Amino acid sequence: MSTSSAESSPAVSGLDYDDTALTLALPGSSTDPAGADRKRAAHAAYDMPPSSKARAVGWPPVRAYRRNALREDAKLVKVAVDGAPYLRKVDLAAHDGYADLLCALHGMFASCLAIRRGADDGTKLVDSVTDAEYVPTYEDKDGDWMLVGDVPWKMFEESCKRIRLMKSSEAVNLSPRQSSK
Amino acid sequence: MTYFPEEVVEHIFSFLPAQRDRNTVSLVCKVWYEIERLSRRSVFVGNCYAVRAERVALRFPNVRALTVKGKPHFADFNLVPPDWGGYAGPWIEAAARGCVGLEELRMKRMVVSDESLELLSRSFPRFRALVLISCEGFSTDGLAAIASHCKLLSELDLQENEVEDRGPRWLSCFPDSCTSLVSLNFACIKGEVNAGSLERLVSRSPNLRSLRLNRSVSVDTLAKILMRTPNLEDLGTGNLTDDFQTESYFRLTSALEKCKMLRSLSGFWDASPVCLSFIYPLCAQLTGLNLSYAPTLDASDLTKMISRCVKLQRLWVLDCISDKGLQVVASSCKDLQELRVFPSDFYVAGYSAVTEEGLVAISLGCPKLNSLLYFCHQMTNAALITVAKNCPNFTRFRLCILEPGKPDVMTNQPLDEGFGAIVRECKGLRRLSISGLLTDKVFMYIGKYAKQLEMLSIAFAGDSDKGMMHVMNGCKNLRKLEIRDSPFGDAALLGNVAKYETMRSLWMSSCNVTLKGCQVLASKMPMLNIEVINEWDGSNEMEENHGELPKVEKLYVYRTTAGARDDAPNFVKIL
Repeated sequence: MSTSSAESSPAVSGLDYDDTALTLALPGSSTDPAGADRKRAAHAAYDMPPSSKARAVGWPPVRAYRRNALREDAKLVKVAVDGAPYLRKVDLAAHDGYADLLCALHGMFASCLAIRRGADDGTKLVDSVTDAEYVPTYEDKDGDWMLVGDVPWKMFEESCKRIRLMKSSEAVNLSPRQSSK
Repeated sequence: MTYFPEEVVEHIFSFLPAQRDRNTVSLVCKVWYEIERLSRRSVFVGNCYAVRAERVALRFPNVRALTVKGKPHFADFNLVPPDWGGYAGPWIEAAARGCVGLEELRMKRMVVSDESLELLSRSFPRFRALVLISCEGFSTDGLAAIASHCKLLSELDLQENEVEDRGPRWLSCFPDSCTSLVSLNFACIKGEVNAGSLERLVSRSPNLRSLRLNRSVSVDTLAKILMRTPNLEDLGTGNLTDDFQTESYFRLTSALEKCKMLRSLSGFWDASPVCLSFIYPLCAQLTGLNLSYAPTLDASDLTKMISRCVKLQRLWVLDCISDKGLQVVASSCKDLQELRVFPSDFYVAGYSAVTEEGLVAISLGCPKLNSLLYFCHQMTNAALITVAKNCPNFTRFRLCILEPGKPDVMTNQPLDEGFGAIVRECKGLRRLSISGLLTDKVFMYIGKYAKQLEMLSIAFAGDSDKGMMHVMNGCKNLRKLEIRDSPFGDAALLGNVAKYETMRSLWMSSCNVTLKGCQVLASKMPMLNIEVINEWDGSNEMEENHGELPKVEKLYVYRTTAGARDDAPNFVKIL
């Protein structure tokens, strides 16, 4: 639920002011020291520092089987397609290479994308109606947008934060190992 | 009635299938005890350490269906150390010696070895059904023994077990003469299975009604299998991640079209959104749907499918469904009885797309709802009060707010009033799990109103011993009480010792109970086993407590006729 802070300064949304800003933000949100005090008072009998709450064994109560099945180390990244109004998520850890990933991306947007084999034997994603080509790009840890496929798979898997299928006409400005912002 | 011939009395007893009734009639007189025990067909042992296996086998030699449960429920969440116990061996051995007519065995949270499975497969000529839930300790070699030797096997149901993978050969061990399979669930098997063996097995199983595959089974194999099983009622898919242009998906659709009896679907491992459209034609006939293992499906994928499932009674889903998605469920699934919303993100301070609003929407649209498991990051008293009014039929209500001790997000108040409304309105409530910021008041409500309550789970709640006392004194039908990280101590533990005789078990971990308190309980109640479980050396604990009595890390109390068990590991002390 949204919190309203009638008297907080506009800059409080920045992270630096949290400790000192007076705010009427609703208690229970992490930026409200007064609320945290109230909580602690209620638990005077046993005091649990927040960090240990976050790491309590067996909490949340989800069966080990389910935790393992959902692969807590799953690398879920958002996938956007230029022109499509929704986002999808893909689990990078579930794929073992670029070909596999491309297949999965195609599957996600199969209503508007098709796979075509290019002249250079590479597979491409194209708009099934206009045949316009889509180029998979990704944002890496440093915030740079790169072409998917340039680095070894493992390196990509570790540094990819999100994926965007860009129309190739727009992607010409983007070349490997160069950032564009 | 003592002048009726035995056969007549036995016939009369056959109209009393419920174990509680059978137990009652066996107390009337010695004659009835004898007739009852020799004609007993089904035995349920809720705690494997409550009674000796040999004694059960001796008393009920003609038992056909045996159910045994091992570890306490909190073992599901890694709170019970490995090697604590719960061994299936003694039960299978005792049955092998004394109950050769055994046909069905169900075990939950037990440690089962391959040797035990081998013994099981060779000891009971009429054995038909094996159900293992949340068990461990065996491998696919044990399954091979079952497949090889149980000639009349109709049910092999493996739910969420930890099974060591020793290769795919187990499935090929079903002999060609095995044509009796009705239910086969191997979803929890991690490794590959031989597709050809699977197809042949299915082909010769005309009575197959329930089939749950594992992740390794391809769409191609699934399509081939479904062509052979037009009478299938329950299906757990394999993985649904193939390239979607292949023949397999079209074959899958036409095979599914033939399955007019299909009512329940699960699996969907790593399912991609496109797969779902192949399932759409089935949706109108589904009563059960489990999509909780498909984290890449988002709210719109889920709602597009679920909005077609107008007959749905049971839905398991991830919180990706969002509040908006739950509104769609509420408006489409008027027959919904059971809902489980699981977290996709286990990080306590993270984000979830479901809030109290989704729950309220469900309660408004689905008045038949009687069973709920709901993980979320926030809740309000107002929402819970509304839910209670809309759905008075809850028998199971489990709410897990991920952040321990989190108050009502609107008012900053404890959630006592909200849960109070639940127990007050839902007069048939049998199972309850509470969470969020809670004071002793919520326990006062529970003790006052939850008269049918049988199982209560408490975490990070309460202010004082009074809280636990309310429950112990008020909940007349309480059988299982499990508590973690709550400020209940010796006074609460010892406040109503006679109560433990009427309960199956009590679990307390990270509470304020001391060793002294446990010793007092042990001396007052010799018919209980008091298990003190301390995984770590207690000496450093004493320093932190500044000379106070060391607190007991984990406590497990249960009534028993078997005395202290002899298979306890060294970190378990039985007082």
